[in-house]
Amino acid sequence: MRKRAVLDEPLIAERGSPGRIGYSLPKDDLPEYDGDLAPELCRETLERFPEVSEAEVVRHFTRLSQWNFSAATTLYPLGSCTMKYNPVVNEIVARLPGFAHLHPLTPDEHAQGALALLVELERCLAEISGMDAVSLQPAAGAQGELTGMKLIRAYHREHGHPRKKVLIPGSAHGTNPASAALCGYAVEEVPTGSAGILNAETVKNCVDAEVAALMVTNPNTLGLFEREIVQITATLHAHGALVYLDGANLNALMGVAKPGHMGADVIQFNLHKTFSTPHGGGGPGAGPVGVKKILEPYLPVPRIVQREGQYAWSEAFPQSIGKVRSFYGNFGVLVRAYTYILAMGGDGLAHATRMAVLSANYLRKQLEGAYEIASHEPCMHECVFSDGSFKHTGIKTLDIAKRLLDYGFYAPTIYFPLVVSGALMIEPTETESKETLDEFTEALLAIAYEIRTSPEALKNAPMTTPVSRLDETRAARHPVLRWGKAND
Amino acid sequence: MRYIPHTDHDITAMLAAIGIETVDALFSHIPEELRRRATLQLPLGKGESEVHTRLTSLAQANWVAPESVSFLGAGAYPHFSPVVVDSLLQRSEFATAYTPYQPEVSQGTLQAIFEFQSLVATLLGLDVANASMYDGASATAEAVLMARRIAPQRSTVLIARSVHPQYRQVVRTYLDGVPGVRIVEVPWATDGRLDTAALARLLNDQVSCVVVGYPNVFGVIEDLGSLGTMARQQGALTVTTTTEALALGLLKAPGELGADIAVAEGQSLGLPMSYGGPGVGLFACRDRFLRNMPGRLVGETIDHEGRRGFVLTLATREQHIRREKATSNICTNQGLCALGVTIFLSLMGKQGLRELAQRNVKKSRLACDLLVQHGCAAPLAAPFFNEFVVSLPNARAQWNRLNTQGIVAGVVLEDWYPELKDCLLLCVTELHARAEIERLAAELGRGA
Repeated sequence: MRKRAVLDEPLIAERGSPGRIGYSLPKDDLPEYDGDLAPELCRETLERFPEVSEAEVVRHFTRLSQWNFSAATTLYPLGSCTMKYNPVVNEIVARLPGFAHLHPLTPDEHAQGALALLVELERCLAEISGMDAVSLQPAAGAQGELTGMKLIRAYHREHGHPRKKVLIPGSAHGTNPASAALCGYAVEEVPTGSAGILNAETVKNCVDAEVAALMVTNPNTLGLFEREIVQITATLHAHGALVYLDGANLNALMGVAKPGHMGADVIQFNLHKTFSTPHGGGGPGAGPVGVKKILEPYLPVPRIVQREGQYAWSEAFPQSIGKVRSFYGNFGVLVRAYTYILAMGGDGLAHATRMAVLSANYLRKQLEGAYEIASHEPCMHECVFSDGSFKHTGIKTLDIAKRLLDYGFYAPTIYFPLVVSGALMIEPTETESKETLDEFTEALLAIAYEIRTSPEALKNAPMTTPVSRLDETRAARHPVLRWGKAND
Repeated sequence: MRYIPHTDHDITAMLAAIGIETVDALFSHIPEELRRRATLQLPLGKGESEVHTRLTSLAQANWVAPESVSFLGAGAYPHFSPVVVDSLLQRSEFATAYTPYQPEVSQGTLQAIFEFQSLVATLLGLDVANASMYDGASATAEAVLMARRIAPQRSTVLIARSVHPQYRQVVRTYLDGVPGVRIVEVPWATDGRLDTAALARLLNDQVSCVVVGYPNVFGVIEDLGSLGTMARQQGALTVTTTTEALALGLLKAPGELGADIAVAEGQSLGLPMSYGGPGVGLFACRDRFLRNMPGRLVGETIDHEGRRGFVLTLATREQHIRREKATSNICTNQGLCALGVTIFLSLMGKQGLRELAQRNVKKSRLACDLLVQHGCAAPLAAPFFNEFVVSLPNARAQWNRLNTQGIVAGVVLEDWYPELKDCLLLCVTELHARAEIERLAAELGRGA
């Protein structure tokens, strides 16, 4: 007998009973008809598939949901992930039958509503970023990066000098080097200046005729604005190289500064961050790319054109890099992002950015006495602390993160960016109230006190969660990746 | 502003705490020239009712059932999905949780992903499945890249021309830039299956993998067993790609028939078509290739008190540790869509998935037979799942005629395959009423 049912939810395959079902198919309206496939084509069984009732499924997954911290239940200050509130209306409209049940190959004349939405969203994103054209196809930020680097590659190839290297600052997002490498580029790291900001002079010394592009995140992963960005991009351009600006932190820029004005040639938008679409345990996201005119010919196909007063898909772009995803991208996510932009308006987006930056600076100020700030430059929408003030105690950043869970908050991003020792990266976003920020501050101050007075509390944390610290080494050494079977 | 809680009073207090006078002062380090030009030329924010009205009007400008009757498949499929699937997906604790970096407070998401991996591995008949790729097309490209990592000295990728054309395009985009790789397409035989004689000519010790649709873009069920044997004899891997994952509820699993890597688009398993996305890529392989696999994995382990729990694992393959040497650049995944698939498969279970798949076969075979009775031809003799090809004189003109009557008679195949003039690709699922199928047959028959 399970004593603590709520704390011990079995796997769905461990529930149920043979013969139990959780579905009801539509009525079979077929005539007597022998339509079966030859038995040699068919499988015997779906081994270990569940046999459960609808109620059991509802109960199982409802319980699992309750085992998650989420942006709907607690502050989720995960730096660089922008866990802002996801408006419910976005969810409702994405489910309107005209969107949810629309087949992607529906003749264009019968999909004008969807096409109009996509065109308007492209325009909004171009306006917000200061870029000339947008493709909505990439399915996630990392796929947007890959697409952006492919565009840069196509550009250099077309101009007769493919080039070999991509420069990436140490403070870049983790996916940047992987995306560049996937495009066949050698990655060269540019050192970040002591204050965490890229120095134009340093970049200048790294550029030569083999550099295809600089991939720069602005604001960078320390939450700092790259104030020399205009000189930096001018240097790259002077050498015939291009600039990829990672737009993951666009939440700090809306209405304040446009990447297109900074000299970026291509950027990706993480709609699930800046434009409030759910992160869903890691997606779906959407990672549209915005480009300057010079890169527009290479954008993925299909693109939307106007034909006889209507919108239509067109593949007639001979210089295009091709397709990066089937059909047109994560349309359902695009609907949500467009809805958010409509609700906020230009005024609301600018206000969101200002409040996000205000909140981050407020938190930073409240905490600076207890935790060491990673950089003394003014921060944008996120603030980063290091383990400097507690390193001597034997307490690790990880312990602080785990202890925060006991205080009812999700943990900030830890050990990232890599350029900060024991980093603790906090992004409150604009949708958290001052009261919540104050409660969070109190928790972190209480933890700072515990570090000095009762460090065991941190070592043993978390104690209030369904499971305590998990043995990750065991999981990696003896991988068990599916039920009823061990691997390796 | 309803999503932003800051009152004027809050703002004043926060500014005072920071020790500055205006919010603008927070941005003073940004070059003035950039700030001056940043004003957004966008309309003002709208009230919720205005937003809802605008989106409703855009949605209503699109044709969906029941206003129109569509026989479109070809990579996106209309299917029955119990309302429980979406209802549970809307639980905000799932929707607004991110990548489970803190496993102690993410067990719900982690356990669900573990269950997803288990179900997908079984469905594809392979040892291990990862925690969701973007879609079937990019998963196919990742599978080809993985085959290259396993045998980097092999330069050739053979891909069946009967693999969905968009999937082939995505593979080409991903492989462009990978040095020394050559993609060669393998034709199909008259019955719609891969041309094994052509495959035999093209296979050699330079081939890293053979990619084949299962079912292929014509809905045809390939003879995987013999393809796999031929590939294996040359040391090449077999990669299957499935656009219609429901077929795997009935067909022998790709792994069972010798596939080394199997991928699929999971949209059919409980997700709306949503104009083509988001979907979810299913991806599985044999144990021995585990460390070459892209994407994220969740593994079972125990906590300090010995209780079962789940964590992200084998992350050493991932970009945040190995950066430019990572197995792929996949970071965010399709977690919520994977959850939808998990809930759907749990509801359908052992019996329901098979029954649903059988219903699709039966209905589409009936439709094909009816069309032949009404004068269309079925040019491909091989067995099919829920999609099939018919030919009739002036197919495009007939398609246009039906379109004006609110019937979308599938895909005009000539657009993708110039050699298939006058052929239509039709899809019939459990959601098509018998009367609709009969109407399609009668109408197309009038032109045949």
